[in-house]
Amino acid sequence: MTRYSIFSLLRNAIGGQRGWPPAWRDAEPRAAYDVVIVGGGGHGLATAHYLAKVHGITNVAVLEKGWIGGGNVGRNTTIIRSNYLLDGNIPFYEWSMKLWEGLEQELNYNAMVSQRGVLNLYHSDAQRDAYARRGNAMRMHGVDAELIDREGVGRLAPFLNFDNARFPIQGGLLQPRGGTARHDAVAWGYARSASNRGVDIVQNCEVTGFVRSPGGRVTGVETTRGTIGAGKVGIAVAGNSSRVASLAGLRLPIESHVLQAFVSEALKPLLPGVITFGAGHFYVSQSDKGGLVFGGDIDGYASYAQRGNLPVLEDVCEGGMALMPMIGRARLLRSWGGIMDMSMDGSPIIDRSPVDALYLNAGWCYGGFKATPASGWCFAHLLATDQMHPVATAYRLDRFRSGHMIDEKGQGAQANLH
Amino acid sequence: MRLPCPFCGSRDIQEFVYRGDADRVRPGPDGDFHAYLYERDNVAGPVREHWYHAQGCRNWLVVTRDTVTHAIHHAAFARDVSR
Repeated sequence: MTRYSIFSLLRNAIGGQRGWPPAWRDAEPRAAYDVVIVGGGGHGLATAHYLAKVHGITNVAVLEKGWIGGGNVGRNTTIIRSNYLLDGNIPFYEWSMKLWEGLEQELNYNAMVSQRGVLNLYHSDAQRDAYARRGNAMRMHGVDAELIDREGVGRLAPFLNFDNARFPIQGGLLQPRGGTARHDAVAWGYARSASNRGVDIVQNCEVTGFVRSPGGRVTGVETTRGTIGAGKVGIAVAGNSSRVASLAGLRLPIESHVLQAFVSEALKPLLPGVITFGAGHFYVSQSDKGGLVFGGDIDGYASYAQRGNLPVLEDVCEGGMALMPMIGRARLLRSWGGIMDMSMDGSPIIDRSPVDALYLNAGWCYGGFKATPASGWCFAHLLATDQMHPVATAYRLDRFRSGHMIDEKGQGAQANLH
Repeated sequence: MRLPCPFCGSRDIQEFVYRGDADRVRPGPDGDFHAYLYERDNVAGPVREHWYHAQGCRNWLVVTRDTVTHAIHHAAFARDVSR
């Protein structure tokens, strides 16, 4: 392993950049592992990293049906934040934020974590009250939150449309520590760190079934590259959780939906941070390459197609034009869709499954990216100790039966409304 | 995506409200409401779904749609597809 530093950079600058070894090993699957993680996305790789680093469990395989970085970890809008309202969520996402803050030093990898701030705008008195409440809930958990007025928003983002008669900008809730990170680099950084600690990262290896003992316990997985034994199996395949869990006979409180995202042509530095429109669903940030990265609602119907339809594109662009009309002449460069595990209360699941030795990390709705470090941390904790991590105790699979839902939006069991 | 409404003909998806899986059966008073309310088959492939033509004829439809390709195979009035 080459440690990345100013010296290795200089050495390779002189050597024509030909001295860089691959960042991680493309491993062949072995016959058995202590822990097999299904899904080589951000969450699966982070789980492998923390299993090896925090818990010393290195006999681990991460099985990925495609290639590393090719799934949802490469399809999000790269926003990181911890501005949640409910007790079940805030400590978890704040732990994630703290891990983001130390991630690059920990991984020795430039994940381009940029705490440029997340600003949620409010447009009515009622919305101001709701944001004041949210900000207070955050501060009571030690999270940074500032309620700023119209003039304060004007200083941060003078280009917004303050003359919108129907949805006047009255202010916003700012989380200065929120921001963005380079999503691909997060996957690669975790993969490199896990691989260097002995974890096997196996690509093009789709899980097609579970091997069960006579007692029902999972003892391995059947894959397109043969049968692999496992002491424990963790599923981290958000988007396809229902499909993989159904191989073990489980039926989950999840619907798969498509969420679209968009990026404009590259522009000169324009946006100070992440800005969200409170009167519609539109959020936007600017990548370091200059493209405006933005999105809005899910399409609203069950889908595994990884592409959406035009009404949502129109709706998102209308939101953008209502908020910042200056982007009207920017051309759209690309759009794409990712498949979300929409859970029935809009919150995730990190828990044991009803099947022995099978563990579940699922239901991330459209907030999985920011959760990547804490999700890996808590899932590794669960796999290693069989105990739920203290910041993730609310993410139980049986909360829908017991009535302990974590419904941030208060929408009830209608997956497409969360 | 356009849905072939049996009354209005082919119409844009924007006119419709999505309700989801049409094959869930409401249980009796002592039945498993947890499974009915919260659990989903979440099939990748053809599924039967309820759609409501809110900005058209206001009929409830049962649409057979492929969740992998978005192909629409069939649409009928929900009242005619009684269980």
